Amino acid sequence: MSLLQVKNLVVEFPNRRGTLRALDDISFEIAPGEILGVVGESGAGKSLTGAAIIGLLEPPGRIAGGEILLQGQRIDNLRHEQMRHIRGRRIGAIFQDPLTSLNPLYTVGRQLTETIRTHLPVGEAEARRRAIDLLKDTGIPAAEARIDHYPHQFSGGMRQRVVIALALAAEPQLIVADEPTTALDVSIQAQIIQLLKRLCRERGAAVMLITHDMGVIAETCDRVAVMYAGRIAEVGPVRDVIHQPAHPYTAGLMASIPDMASERERLNQIDGAMPRLNAIPAGCAYNPRCPRAFERCTRERPELLRAEATQAACWLHATVQALP
Amino acid sequence: MTATAPLVVAHDLAKTFDVSAPWLNRVLERKPRALLRAVDGVSFEIEAGRTLALVGESGCGKSTVARLLVGLYAPTRGGMTFDGQDAHAAFRSSEGRQLRKRIQMIFQDPYASLNPRWTVERIIEEPLREHALLSGREALRARVGELLQSVGLSPQDMAKYPHQFSGGQRQRICIARALATAPEFLVCDEPTSALDVSVQAQVLNIMKDLQRERGLTYLFISHNLAVVRHVSDHVGVMYLGRLVELADKPSLFARPRHPYTRMLLDAIPQMHAVGRARTPVQGEVPNPLNPPGGCAFHPRCPHANARCSAERPALQSIGGVRVACHAVQEGRL
Repeated sequence: MSLLQVKNLVVEFPNRRGTLRALDDISFEIAPGEILGVVGESGAGKSLTGAAIIGLLEPPGRIAGGEILLQGQRIDNLRHEQMRHIRGRRIGAIFQDPLTSLNPLYTVGRQLTETIRTHLPVGEAEARRRAIDLLKDTGIPAAEARIDHYPHQFSGGMRQRVVIALALAAEPQLIVADEPTTALDVSIQAQIIQLLKRLCRERGAAVMLITHDMGVIAETCDRVAVMYAGRIAEVGPVRDVIHQPAHPYTAGLMASIPDMASERERLNQIDGAMPRLNAIPAGCAYNPRCPRAFERCTRERPELLRAEATQAACWLHATVQALP
Repeated sequence: MTATAPLVVAHDLAKTFDVSAPWLNRVLERKPRALLRAVDGVSFEIEAGRTLALVGESGCGKSTVARLLVGLYAPTRGGMTFDGQDAHAAFRSSEGRQLRKRIQMIFQDPYASLNPRWTVERIIEEPLREHALLSGREALRARVGELLQSVGLSPQDMAKYPHQFSGGQRQRICIARALATAPEFLVCDEPTSALDVSVQAQVLNIMKDLQRERGLTYLFISHNLAVVRHVSDHVGVMYLGRLVELADKPSLFARPRHPYTRMLLDAIPQMHAVGRARTPVQGEVPNPLNPPGGCAFHPRCPHANARCSAERPALQSIGGVRVACHAVQEGRL
């Protein structure tokens, strides 16, 4: 059974001039121990999807439809108090900026032991021992001494290691990592991604890795969902999405990334920009920028259809679907 | 490098910032004076019509180099010649205006570098008015329209305000403004790192087209080696305020010499290497207030020996590229 199921999720932001639909009918699943990448450009709705899953949507944003199930149990309609027990215990979260995830007034040891004791039935001494083990596991040198330091005494990369330790403290089944390496330098990025991958594998935790960096996705994830204008444009195994993208947006995105292997004088560019939420085109949201759009694309909105090896929300694959 | 005289020559550029605690704290708490050597002796040349890219991690001094080159900072030591003329002497004198017209800058954040209360027309015509290049409503307006067209925007856009544009469009407005004085040299400080990839491609393509059409010379600063590989002719790799390697693009990417360059190249996540396992280099960039002695990279370097921790390597020519590394110079690497 899937660990996490998101079914037809809709997130809306009511405002004076009406309602903005920021996530429109998102469905996907994460299997136990799987690493799912969620990729897209700014405003595509990837962080919002993560926030909805961990129950941290900023008001006035609200879930206006659909369900989120963790091991078959609905978590999208839980009360604040109940959700707090799930967050941390069963779903851990890692955010972009490690400084905002840590309380500057407490030592990292206090923050770790507090998290452990809130969620697990252990005493103070045991919690501290576990906290030191966690810091060691995340590769922090001299963990016994560092545990009594404050967040500002750590460098950026070390802080993100502390945040990872904090997210793993209560042994959750799922980690939602929202741009965990974006604020870090490239040489540190690689360290943090490998650490996250190793620790989750060892503990059997699944990861939802939200990032705009296709390179990180390629090296880390099992499957990837590509988001565009509040919807999933394509989802499938990483290898297939990168090498045989079925959605023209995915193809355009891949070709626009300068990469180390090719010698191109010009990069492929996707003209225009992603539409604002109050001006999403009718039919397929990508149709005004799509080089392969045809009449149906401007009229009808495509659902995810089976393409070659992936699923793509694109009418080009309507015929493939019709075959038995 | 070649026989033609380079347009831009930086020789031993250095900038030190005084980041000491206030005087009273120094006296009462006996805190020593703290000096941050942001750039510590950087030399390079750029030929006209070419692109030199500077890469490095945060705090390596690449943005300080950019600001030194456009005269936003005065160097603590060393200097720069532009078209045979001592640029920093000129910046201080009345010739500075003339020179500033020929050197322009594009900043990283297109949200912070445009005045939100001005229309695009006013933003782009400001340098034209400031340098008295054109006068008369109609002539100015026509020129602003041309500049907007050259970066792929419409002349009608000049009546709008910056908030009406997306990030990529704003960066194009910044480029149009920088082009207004018909400069020869553009210093671009991370011009695409605030942009999404599909938009980054638009901006990089425009920059390449403009270079070809107008023979522009670029200093392109970036932390993204894949972008650098796409735009540059020569690449300088910086670490803690110094150049560790300076090479032409094909050599640098095909055969990186300095261990830090190798590490950076290895650290880039690659899209076409699905599931690639890398061996990330351990450690982080040291505190620039208290850099390691000898070669600044030696605590993280797998090839470091006693000499590396004692003696600072100079940038030396080896096989057509310039490298500051004892291991490479001794032939150990």
